[in-house]
Amino acid sequence: MDDELAISVRGLRKAYGDNVAVAGVDLDVYRGEVFALLGPNGAGKTTTVEILEGYRRRDAGEVTVLGADPAHPDAGWRSRVGIVLQGTGEFDELTVAEVIRHFSGFYPGADDPDKVIERVGLAGKAKARTHTLSGGQKRRLDVALGIIGRPELLFLDEPTTGFDPEARREFWDLIRDLAAAGTTIVLTTHYLDEAEALADRVGVIAGGRLVEVAAPNRLGNRQEALATVSWRTPEGAVESAQSAAPTALVAELAARHGGEVPGLTVTRPTLEDVYLTMIGHAR
Amino acid sequence: MTTTTKPATPVAATPGRRPGAGALALRQGRLEITQFLRSRESVVFTMGFPIIMILIFASIFDGTIGGGVTFTQYFITGMIATGLMTVSFQNLGIWIPIERDRGVLKRYRGTPMPKWVWFAGKVIMVVAIGIAETVLLLAVAVALFDLDLPGTAGKWFTFGWVSVLGVTACTLCGIAISSLARTARSGSAVVTPVALVLQFISGVFFVFTDLPTWMQQVAALFPLKWMCQGLRAVFLPSSFGAQEPGGSFELGRVAVVLILWCVIGLVLCLTTFRWTTKRDG
Repeated sequence: MDDELAISVRGLRKAYGDNVAVAGVDLDVYRGEVFALLGPNGAGKTTTVEILEGYRRRDAGEVTVLGADPAHPDAGWRSRVGIVLQGTGEFDELTVAEVIRHFSGFYPGADDPDKVIERVGLAGKAKARTHTLSGGQKRRLDVALGIIGRPELLFLDEPTTGFDPEARREFWDLIRDLAAAGTTIVLTTHYLDEAEALADRVGVIAGGRLVEVAAPNRLGNRQEALATVSWRTPEGAVESAQSAAPTALVAELAARHGGEVPGLTVTRPTLEDVYLTMIGHAR
Repeated sequence: MTTTTKPATPVAATPGRRPGAGALALRQGRLEITQFLRSRESVVFTMGFPIIMILIFASIFDGTIGGGVTFTQYFITGMIATGLMTVSFQNLGIWIPIERDRGVLKRYRGTPMPKWVWFAGKVIMVVAIGIAETVLLLAVAVALFDLDLPGTAGKWFTFGWVSVLGVTACTLCGIAISSLARTARSGSAVVTPVALVLQFISGVFFVFTDLPTWMQQVAALFPLKWMCQGLRAVFLPSSFGAQEPGGSFELGRVAVVLILWCVIGLVLCLTTFRWTTKRDG
């Protein structure tokens, strides 16, 4: 077992009856990295993550998470893994502080509940019953319960679904803080910007297969892709050209125009273009 | 952003801060009781139901059933048994599917909490609420309807073991039946008819021996009838034993049947309990 690896997966398969949810996934997640599993709904993200979390049994494949097989989780292993599930399990009748304090009792190295409440931005809601929280606040409570045990590895399953833009930014800052403190983070998302903003590496999953794993800016060989240079002709028409050396082309255009090139743009395929092509192929 | 390695986790566990297993169970019990008491429907329908029933019954039937024994004295046994069944069997059979559906159970399974602690929390809640509700019921019956409390230590002892065995059997069956409900809402649809039918055929609302013989025999297969019979041995004069179907209160048989149901309930719990819903895999 490589000590550098938090998670190692080889040939993972899982089917529900005739429906193959995960069709042979190989995956490594390094300690201390933020890894995003990106894919459309039904791609197999949640099934994969729930197998890693020890919730679901796999049909085939080798899986090691923090040095152990998650199919047989023990208390020691559980105390090192933090989990933020997709669906929230609510404790309607209890307050935020009561729930967090209660869960802190389950972990040998639990963090200070008040500090965690502060950290997830629920200090003003500590005494509120959980059923009075907004969707975003409930998600913060989920995260608080995920990190109260000071996990080495944190799973976040679609953590920001339903957030408004400001809440998402705040949430991203929280995840960056945790990552900076050395927590290994595996998150699933179907938001491209989220993967791009947070992840060191992104795994694109579609149709139960891992299509590609790369740093966000290298996904689909994005950096090497041809750039599109476009500009306006004196007649007002838009002209464009694909080029592997866009800088040279721009210099040539500048010389031709004797200075400023009207309507000049230089673009490369966006992450979204690359992603849509990838999951399109998998379908 | 770096792509691979960052400094290893700085998380330094401070071992020994986690409460011991017994303390964990007590915390869990306290949390369950808090949740129960804050849920107004639970308090009204679980704790209030037997008290409302005894108020109605004692007001309708204010005479005696012979031998100087009031109807209240007879029906209090059924109300105590019903109360114990409500707080254990119905309460758990209705609430566990809701918690399972909400994902509360799944969340607990993701923590290092030992599984048995969760069950212990439920049992502590059932026992505490069961005692409180029975005491309240007896207090109301004594204050308003001149109920005679058991006069000997032996009768109190019988009261104790019949209640403990009955609650244990009903708790285990409540946990077991909770796995039959597919969704949060179906819990009460599964549990309520079972409870209601048992109450009618087990002599909670009628004098048991007035029921048709076949109905008495069906009732004898289930725990509620035996809980009522055991409690009649506590609250009625010994001479009434002769009127029971078996010619006496048959305390030995009461114990055997209730223990048998504890075993059946335990086996069902161990084999069928689910922490997640079916669609959750």
